[in-house]
Amino acid sequence: MTVHNLYLFDRNGVCLHYSEWHRKKQAGIPKEEEYKLMYGMLFSIRSFVSKMSPLDMKDGFLAFQTSRYKLHYYETPTGIKVVMNTDLGVGSIRDVLHHIYSALYVELVVKNPLCPLGQTVQSELFRSRLDSYVRSLPFFSARAG
Amino acid sequence: MAIFSVYVVNKAGGLIYQLDSYAPRAEAEKTFSYPLDLLLKLHDERVLVAFGQRDGIRVGHAVLAINGIDVNGKFTGDGKEVLEYLGNPANYPVSIRFGRPRLTSNEKLMLASMFHSLFAIGSQLSPEQGSSGIEMLETDTFKLHCFQTLTGIKFVVLADPRQAGIDSLLRKIYEIYSDFALKNPFYSLEMPIR
Repeated sequence: MTVHNLYLFDRNGVCLHYSEWHRKKQAGIPKEEEYKLMYGMLFSIRSFVSKMSPLDMKDGFLAFQTSRYKLHYYETPTGIKVVMNTDLGVGSIRDVLHHIYSALYVELVVKNPLCPLGQTVQSELFRSRLDSYVRSLPFFSARAG
Repeated sequence: MAIFSVYVVNKAGGLIYQLDSYAPRAEAEKTFSYPLDLLLKLHDERVLVAFGQRDGIRVGHAVLAINGIDVNGKFTGDGKEVLEYLGNPANYPVSIRFGRPRLTSNEKLMLASMFHSLFAIGSQLSPEQGSSGIEMLETDTFKLHCFQTLTGIKFVVLADPRQAGIDSLLRKIYEIYSDFALKNPFYSLEMPIR
């Protein structure tokens, strides 16, 4: 089991943070383009899912998987989106994504007056705490470095 | 535990077959007196609740019937505009049935081609080499399973999140498609299955 990468978007589609651990393939487009493509895909999936659903939804879209990876999605009522790509062996990690939002993003970015909201997070503290939190996850393994 | 819908999408993203197998649930009928305490708005040729949730009526629900007569998009059964009809105090008290809007065939066509592109983007954004597109998409109310054949036809099944055995169902649908659509001499490829 492993964690590939993590995206953090605000409600306007700005990529607040991106980090990667075991990513073997790049999308082949500039990073900025990739964030936009990812946000656009999630935005479309959200509207797709809300139209397709036979019943009223509460949380909405949670995750999707392909033959090689699984994308986990968590959205707060304020529109912050936490997206983590892992391999297929990982189950539901809603609580992990919620922790990244509530204990890391809110505590270290929202409550930090020196971090302007709505732009890429520059805080080194946030970056390193997030990195060590993800590295400490039970499904994060250092295989293939 | 249930299968909600089946979609068959051709390699160009066109919907060639669709089946729904769920009874509409979560409908609420209520009698209202004049100032309607819900905010309604017109969206995609339908009258939807924009604000105000009560008694099982939720934001996003559509007006399905007025006084027991089904509405037809934004028009009542006898051809008047719904919003105009409900804006007139003389028509009250009025009984309105609300529920999740059912998909029209145009919307289904649109959603099928939307999924076709999401499928492609899903494989482009893969962090791993050689990934397929979306095979399973999970939400709190349903799971979408997709099986793409070597020739590019996609079979999509919407099922209950706890429903097992969808993979064999998808293979079985593929088998039925091959036997009864492809082997039919009157069927032309990529065209809707009748």
